[in-house]
Amino acid sequence: MSMVETIYMPSENDFRGKTKKFNGVQNGGKISNGCHKKTKQVDEETEKAWEKDFCETFEETPMLAAISTYIGYLILVAVGHVREFLKSIGIGVVKCVAEPKIPGFVPLYQTWESFYSWYVYRRIQDCFCRPVSGVPGAKMVVIDRESNDHRWSFQYTGGHSTVLNFGSYNYLGFSQNSGPCAEEVEQTIKNYGVSVCGSRQELGYLDLHKQMDRLVADYLGVEDAYTVPMGFATNSMNIPSLVGKGCLILSDELNHASLILGCRLSGAKIKTFKHNCMKDLEKNLREAIVDKQPRTHRPWKKILIVVEGVYSMEGSIVKLPEVLRLKKKYKAYLYLDEAHSIGAIGPHGKGVVDYFGLNPRDVDIMMGTFTKSFGAVGGYIGGSQALVNHLRLYSHSAIYSSSMAPGVAQQIVSSMNIMLGRDGTREGEKRIQQLKWNTRYFRRRLQEMGFILYGNKDSPVVPLLMFMPSKIAKFSRESLNRGMGVVVVGFPATPMTKCRARFCLSASHTKEMLDEALQITSDIGDLLAIKYSKAEPPSYSENDVPLVEDS
Amino acid sequence: MYDMFQALLQAPSYHLFFEALLIIWIFKLLFFSKAYAPESVLTEKEKEELIAEWQPEPLAPEIPDDHPVLMAMENNIITGKPGKYVTINGKSCVNMATLNFLGMAGNPSVEAEAIKTLKKYGVGSCGPRGFYGTMDVHLELEDKIAKFMNCEEAILYAFGFATIASAIPAYSKRGDVIFADEGVCFAIQKGLVASRSKIKWFKHNDMEDLERLLIEQAKEDKKNPKKAKVTRRFLVVEGLYINYGDLCPLPKLVELKWKYKVRLFLEESLSFGILGSNGKGVTEHYNISPDDIDLIAASLENAIGSTGGFCCGKKYIVDHQRLSGLGYCFSASLPPMLATAAIESLRLIDEKPGMLVELRENCEKIHSKLSDINGTVIVGEPISPVKHIRLAEPSTDRDFDVQTLQKIADLSRDNKVAVTLARYLEEEEHKLPLPSIRISVNNQLSDEEIDTVFTTLSEAFQKIITH
Repeated sequence: MSMVETIYMPSENDFRGKTKKFNGVQNGGKISNGCHKKTKQVDEETEKAWEKDFCETFEETPMLAAISTYIGYLILVAVGHVREFLKSIGIGVVKCVAEPKIPGFVPLYQTWESFYSWYVYRRIQDCFCRPVSGVPGAKMVVIDRESNDHRWSFQYTGGHSTVLNFGSYNYLGFSQNSGPCAEEVEQTIKNYGVSVCGSRQELGYLDLHKQMDRLVADYLGVEDAYTVPMGFATNSMNIPSLVGKGCLILSDELNHASLILGCRLSGAKIKTFKHNCMKDLEKNLREAIVDKQPRTHRPWKKILIVVEGVYSMEGSIVKLPEVLRLKKKYKAYLYLDEAHSIGAIGPHGKGVVDYFGLNPRDVDIMMGTFTKSFGAVGGYIGGSQALVNHLRLYSHSAIYSSSMAPGVAQQIVSSMNIMLGRDGTREGEKRIQQLKWNTRYFRRRLQEMGFILYGNKDSPVVPLLMFMPSKIAKFSRESLNRGMGVVVVGFPATPMTKCRARFCLSASHTKEMLDEALQITSDIGDLLAIKYSKAEPPSYSENDVPLVEDS
Repeated sequence: MYDMFQALLQAPSYHLFFEALLIIWIFKLLFFSKAYAPESVLTEKEKEELIAEWQPEPLAPEIPDDHPVLMAMENNIITGKPGKYVTINGKSCVNMATLNFLGMAGNPSVEAEAIKTLKKYGVGSCGPRGFYGTMDVHLELEDKIAKFMNCEEAILYAFGFATIASAIPAYSKRGDVIFADEGVCFAIQKGLVASRSKIKWFKHNDMEDLERLLIEQAKEDKKNPKKAKVTRRFLVVEGLYINYGDLCPLPKLVELKWKYKVRLFLEESLSFGILGSNGKGVTEHYNISPDDIDLIAASLENAIGSTGGFCCGKKYIVDHQRLSGLGYCFSASLPPMLATAAIESLRLIDEKPGMLVELRENCEKIHSKLSDINGTVIVGEPISPVKHIRLAEPSTDRDFDVQTLQKIADLSRDNKVAVTLARYLEEEEHKLPLPSIRISVNNQLSDEEIDTVFTTLSEAFQKIITH
C-alpha cells in the first residue's frame, strides 16, 4: 500500500540502542526514568547546558509484549488468508465493495492492497473516523454509531455522547465557538465574505493577509513570513521552490508525509538519518561534502536539513542546539517544521526555538501550521526577507491556489494577538502555563501508574505504548464508553510492534478533567494489563510551573 | 590417466586438503571477486579542508523589492469583499479578475450559513479525518455532492490544489502509464510528478495525437503481454481548461477510453457548477453519464465560492482515497463553516438554475464584445467563463509582452475595471501558455457594466499598444 512506503521508514536500529544511550544509567537492572545524565562522551569545553534539562524516554519493549504482538499479527494474517481463500471458492460473506472485473481493463488495485484494508484495518475501523458534531474543544460530542455486520458498514443510532477530548489538536484551547476570536471572525465574514476565489498574485491579496503575514513574522521573531491556506501544502508546495536537482536533503527518518512528499517533488537527492541522532546527521553531512554527488562528483549545490520541532507519533523534541551547531559548521540550511511545537512549547509559546532559548534568525526556514495551536487551518513559512520574497514570487500556492479564507485569517490574527498579549490581557500567558502544567502533571501521573510513555517531558503529545493491535482497539472502545475520546495508532503509522494510544493535551483541560482521564486510563490499563513500565518514577513534576491566576 | 588416479589415492591428506583449498580459491577469484578499484583514502586533514572550502549556493536568490510582480501585488491590495465590485486602494472597480462566477463569494445567505456554523463548531476542525476531524457537516457535504453529480460516493479535501494532486498518485504508481493533455493545469502536473508514472503528453485537445499515442501503446503491449497485464493506463484531462478557456471533446474521449481500455480522470474545477443545465459540469453539457468517467475531481474554490475540493465516482474507486490519498489522510479537514457554505451554494444552484443561464449569456456577450478590441486575440470558447486576451502581434521577448499587458491591466484598474494577468511559474510549467490578461465573467454583470468593461479595456489596449 502506498501508505507503507510514504509514512514509515523503518530504521536499522530500533529504540533499544537509544534507550541505553539517552535513558540514563542502568542501576542494577532498573532503568532510570529521569533526566538524561551526562555520558562519557560529552566534551568538557562545549558544556551543553540544554542537555541538563532535556529529558526523553523511550523505554525498551518488554519481551513478552513483543512476542505476543507478533503472534497476534500472525493470527490476523492467517485468518485473513483463510477468509480470502473461502471467498474465492464461494463460501463466506465478505461484504467489501470489490472492484468489478471489466474486460480489457487492468485492475486498479492489487489483491494485497485490499487485504490490509479488509482483514486488518476493517476490524478496528470503528476506532477511526469517528464523526463529531459541534466544536472540538475540551469536550466533544461524538455521534454514536454501531455496526451489525462486523464493521463493514455503520449505522447511526441517533444518539450522541459528550466525551473528554484527548484526540483533537487543540494545544492552546483556541478551538472555541464563542469568545473574542469567534466574534472577530463573525465580523470579518460580514466585511470580507466567506472566500476570496483568487490567488495571491491574481488579485486575491487582501489587506487582512498582509496583516496576518506581518503578525506571524512578529510572533516568530523573523524578518517576514508567508502564509499558505493548507498546512500539508505548505510543505509540499514550498520545498520544491527552495531546492531542486543537484541539492541534497537530509531528512529525519520519522518526518511527516507532507515533508516527504515535498522533498520528493523537489527532485533533490534525499538521505535519511536516524531519528534525532546527531552523530548520524554529522556523519551524513561530512560524507556529503567530502564525497560530493554520486557519479558526477560535482559538489552539492545546497544541503538542506529537514527536521520537525515535536514529532507527533513519538512525542520527542528535536535537539535543536546540536542541529544548529552542525548546520553552522557545515554550512547547511535548516528547515524546521513546527507543526506540533508552535504555540505548544516554549516559555512564550513560540515553539522549539523559544524552548531552547535560541535566536530565531539562526533557523533559515521556520515552517509551522495554524491547525494545532491556533484553532484555524493553514501554514506559514518565516525567514529572511529574501526567502519570503522568493516564496511570494515562486511558491506554487501564490499562483495556483486561492488565498486563505478571510474568516480563517481573522482567527489566526485574533489568536496570535491574544498570545502576544496585544489584547491587553494575560490570557496568552495563562494558556501557555496551563498547557505546560497539564503536560507535566499528566505525564508524571501516567508514569507513576506504570505506563510506558514515549517522548520528552515537555511534549504535549503523549504516546502511551500498548504494543498489541488488539489492545489499542479495546482501549479505544472502552475509553469511549467511559467518556474519553483518544486517538489510537498502529501499523503502518508506527512500527509494527509499537501500537500506541496518543493523548493530545490542551490548555482548556482542567485538573478535574485530567484526573477523570487518568482514572479511566488506569482502570482500562488494569483491565488490559498494559502497565508494562519497569522504570523508576519520574524526577520532574508540575510544581515548578507557575500558573497565571484569573484576574 | 591411470597414473594420475593412483597418485591421487597415494598422496598425503594434507596435500589433498591444500589442493582443494587452492581450487576453491581460484574458483572464487574467477567468478566471485569484485573488480579491484584503488580506493583514494583521504586523510582527516584533507577532509577538513574540503569541508572548509565548500560553499553552498544562497538559499534564495536576492530579489529586488521593486520586482514587477511584487510591486503588482503590493499595489493591488483589496479591502472589503471581493464580490461583483472590488475595492482596490480605495477605488471600487468592476471585478473581472477573481473566479467568482456565480457571485457566491458575496452571497448573504451563504455568509449567514457560515456564521451559524461558526457559532456551533468554531473555526478549525483540529484534526485529520481519521482522528476526530470528521464532522457531520463534512459527511453531509459529501453526500450532497454525490447526489448532485449522480455518483455513488464523494470524498472531500481541504484544499483545491491538493485534490487532484493527491488523487492521481493514489491510483497510478511507478510503472503505470498516464496520457495527459499538454494544456493541463499546474495542480495536475504536480499530481503526475508525484505519481512517478510514465507520462505521455498529447497536443492540447488533439484527439488524433492522442489516438496515435494510444495505438503506439497498444503495439508495445502486444510485444510484451505480461507487462501489459500489470500496467495500468490512465487518461487525464480537464473539463474546461483554465489556461485556454476551451472544452475537452468528452464524447471522443469516452469513445477512446472504451476502445483502448484506459481509465478516464476528469478535472472539473472550472466547469463544476457552471456547465450543463443544472451545473453538473461537462458531463451534463455533453449529455454523457458520469458512470463513463472513472473519477471526477473538482475544486470548490471557484463557482461554489468556498474552500476545498472533492472527488466523486464509483464507490470502489473513491473509497480507495480514504486510506491512500495523502492530502486526505495527513491533513486537517476542511473548516466546518466553509463546508456549510459549500452546502448552501449547492442548494442555491439547485434551486435557481437560472443563474447558470445568466452566466452563459454574459459569457457570450462579453466574448463577442471583446473580440472587437483591436490588436488582440481572444482565446476561449464563447460559453467559457474564463477568457484570455492575448496580443495579436506578440514580440519575441516574453518579458516585454508581460510588461505591456501589465501596463494595460494597471491602466484598466485606474479606470475602475479590475483585471489581472494570468500568472505562471515560467520555469516549471510543462507547456507555458503565451502571456495574456485573464478575464473572468460572473452572472451578476449588467449590460451597462459589460459595456463599461469593453470600453475601458479597448481604450487601455489602444493607448498602450499604439504608444
